[in-house]
Amino acid sequence: MGQAAIELIGINKSFGAVHANRDINLEIPRGTIHGIVGENGAGKSTLMSILYGFYQADSGEIRVNGKPAAIKTSNDAIAAGIGMVHQHFMLVENFTVLENIILGAEGEALLKTSIAKARSELHRLEREYGLEVDPDAIIEELPVGIQQRVEILKALYRGAEILILDEPTGVLTPAEADHLFRILKQLKEQGKTVVLITHKLREIMAITDNVSVMRQGTMVATRETKKTTVEELAELMVGRRVLLRVEKGAANPGAVKLAVSNLTVRDQRGVTMVDDVSFDVRAGEIVGIAGVAGNGQSELIEAISGIRRALSGSVLLDGTPIDVTGTADPGELRDRGLAHVPEDRHHVGLVLAFEENENSILGYHDDERYRKGLLLDIDAIRNDAKSKIEGYDIRPPDCRLKTANFSGGNQQKIVLAREMEQDPGVLIVGQPTRGVDVGAIEFIHKRLIAMRDQGKAVLLISVELDEIRSLSDRILVMFAGRIVGERGPEASEGELGLLMAGVEQREAAE
Amino acid sequence: MSTPYAKLPAWADYGLIPLINLAVAFIVAGFVVLLVGENPFRAAAILVEGAFGRGQGIAFTLYYATTFIFTGLSVAVAVHCGLFNIGTEGQAYIAGLGVAVVCLTFDATLPWWLTFPLATLAAAAMGALWALLPAYLQAKRGSHIVITTIMFNFIAASIMVYLLVGMLKPVGSMAPQTRIFLEGAQLPKLNWVIELFGARVRSAPLNISFLLALLMAFLTWVLIWRTRLGYEIRTYGHSPKAARYAGISETRIIIITMMISGALGGMMALNPTMGDQHNVAIDFVSGAGFVGIAVALMGRSHPVGIVLAAILFGMLYQGGAELAFEMPAISRDMIVIIQGLVILFAGALEHMFRPSIQALFASFSPKSVGMAAAKGKGA
Repeated sequence: MGQAAIELIGINKSFGAVHANRDINLEIPRGTIHGIVGENGAGKSTLMSILYGFYQADSGEIRVNGKPAAIKTSNDAIAAGIGMVHQHFMLVENFTVLENIILGAEGEALLKTSIAKARSELHRLEREYGLEVDPDAIIEELPVGIQQRVEILKALYRGAEILILDEPTGVLTPAEADHLFRILKQLKEQGKTVVLITHKLREIMAITDNVSVMRQGTMVATRETKKTTVEELAELMVGRRVLLRVEKGAANPGAVKLAVSNLTVRDQRGVTMVDDVSFDVRAGEIVGIAGVAGNGQSELIEAISGIRRALSGSVLLDGTPIDVTGTADPGELRDRGLAHVPEDRHHVGLVLAFEENENSILGYHDDERYRKGLLLDIDAIRNDAKSKIEGYDIRPPDCRLKTANFSGGNQQKIVLAREMEQDPGVLIVGQPTRGVDVGAIEFIHKRLIAMRDQGKAVLLISVELDEIRSLSDRILVMFAGRIVGERGPEASEGELGLLMAGVEQREAAE
Repeated sequence: MSTPYAKLPAWADYGLIPLINLAVAFIVAGFVVLLVGENPFRAAAILVEGAFGRGQGIAFTLYYATTFIFTGLSVAVAVHCGLFNIGTEGQAYIAGLGVAVVCLTFDATLPWWLTFPLATLAAAAMGALWALLPAYLQAKRGSHIVITTIMFNFIAASIMVYLLVGMLKPVGSMAPQTRIFLEGAQLPKLNWVIELFGARVRSAPLNISFLLALLMAFLTWVLIWRTRLGYEIRTYGHSPKAARYAGISETRIIIITMMISGALGGMMALNPTMGDQHNVAIDFVSGAGFVGIAVALMGRSHPVGIVLAAILFGMLYQGGAELAFEMPAISRDMIVIIQGLVILFAGALEHMFRPSIQALFASFSPKSVGMAAAKGKGA
């Protein structure tokens, strides 16, 4: 090996006054898997975008295989042998695999010859790396794990020697993630170089050879993976010691606060997303719903919180029915003590263009406290926001700042502060720590446990299995709209993973 | 990462950038004037002199501005709700019917200070009604408001023509307009205010509805930023999903907002009818509803910005008329080109100079931009 596949020397990049990358030096040896970790906003994506030609560095040098490379566009990057697999796939959904692979590399005016060429090339890649894909399948009919494989094939088809993967496992089941890792190892054995950007430290430990840690735009450390620990990496990322697993006492469940029975929800297309689901949540317990994204969890909590109409079924809140199939309204449910931290804080839980204080009353803007005659009581709203900022350590502590200018973790704290401070009986939380940095995760987890210990009923939905396992007192697993199993918090990741993949259900059906 | 450009201080955001855009628009317009063989500096001087040089010009400028404040506010309120109301033109036109009915009924019996509020209510009600149907179709049926309001402009125009050549026209008259209103439906002029400052006004149509326009601008500000309804309008405008989450009824908010928008547009009808011509004539709106779109765009949908933008467009109308008179090579159509350039640079290309100005600010005083601190300190 020896020689570096990529060398970054003194990379600097600023957006206005934001110094996103500061004097970055990085050397990635050829034929290795190199992890890059860091909190959101640490500058990982900026650095990779510079490497892939989306942005240009203000200063610094990129060397590929020892030679200086001027990467001004993504075509330059491809020419230099760099391929990128984005977090959000760049595939044309209604094209076939083959059509997607040749997209942008069609070559001639007529597609026929390039398709034939791509087909034989695809067979070769399949043999070499074990990347089986049906070349004539339509993308939208393929599971996400396979779609990701198509993205990898796209890069390899263009002759990539260096593959960058940005948060590749966010949408995968544990089994799919394992398969991806096997593919990456095979690529490495064939001499390719893999750069893996992630915030999941466990993955770093499992698969990488070396790992670099970024914090606030600088590269704070590079370690050989064998010689470091998860704890050390977390500390390097945050700059202080963090608790990776929350400590909590035993649950003390009380009366049933939320009772869901035979709930069925269809989406706009008429596809049944939630299929005859029943469960209870009691006071003083956290019930977690595990599942791969897209298996009906989102529709389930939307129906319970009155945002989406259910087709049939019933929901009781404190023993009184919620008209989930008819007139249930989020405002009315809020009055009845059901608070909801939505999964998508950017479009649902917050109005990013609003000032912080305006968001801290969203959904509660009818409340007496914020009213002065016909008008809104601006002073009361701002003082209220200030006290929440203090209580939840929201930074920067400026209630007039536009919400879009807060970091992900602080935006989530704005939502949590708003919903928790209403002292609800039932709290529904969707993806509480998605896109939130490690330091804030610890804070949010502690708050959720505190809510439970105050005797609230908490329904938690998360695609992070670790989060479900460390917070929940009971775990329900959702697959294809159904609850396919209930387990205690001691259930192993493997067991839950199988349930999430629908394995047990399929066996039962046979 | 999510915000590629740093923030600007408010005065640069709301003051400097519009000024630069405006300056560029005038420079490009200057080249157009040069192309037709006139001296652009003299043209600019005539334009500004015509609009602000004498009391007479100022009064005319403010008269036009009155109209544009109403239509600009109308468009802006809808914009805050994420709705593009192209129908202000039709809403104002049909509101003329409300004005006509009130004025023709009461002008002989009531004094102006009673007719005026009645006519205001009638105009607002007609405008709101004309916006109600497209709003209902949007909220309940998903018919796109841009399409329906455009169609309603045509319907309004046809109805008004039908009435003005029929029922509303005095018997024996050849002109498609109502009879002249009596004194009880003629609004007092405000020209004396300008004369207080020593300028002379021979005769200009600036009237008391200018004050109504300013009052409406203030009330619009209160509505949008200080009431629950305004909060709901803005929430829905930024994110319908967040509005749904917050328990805001989509149907209700669309219909109410459009009716407010239509009412503001409708009030525009007062200015040229009761204020100036003292009748309701065919095509009295003459595009003011569409100018309102440009005014709202340029005023960044803020009432203060709208008042300023309306005065600017009033100046272009008044100064432009003088220019077309003084420089025969510059026709009425040339004025439209200049107005178009202003809209282009101030509205459509609003963000053209922003990145470079932001970069400039960032390099001068990183502190004033404040973004680094906001993001870096994140927990």
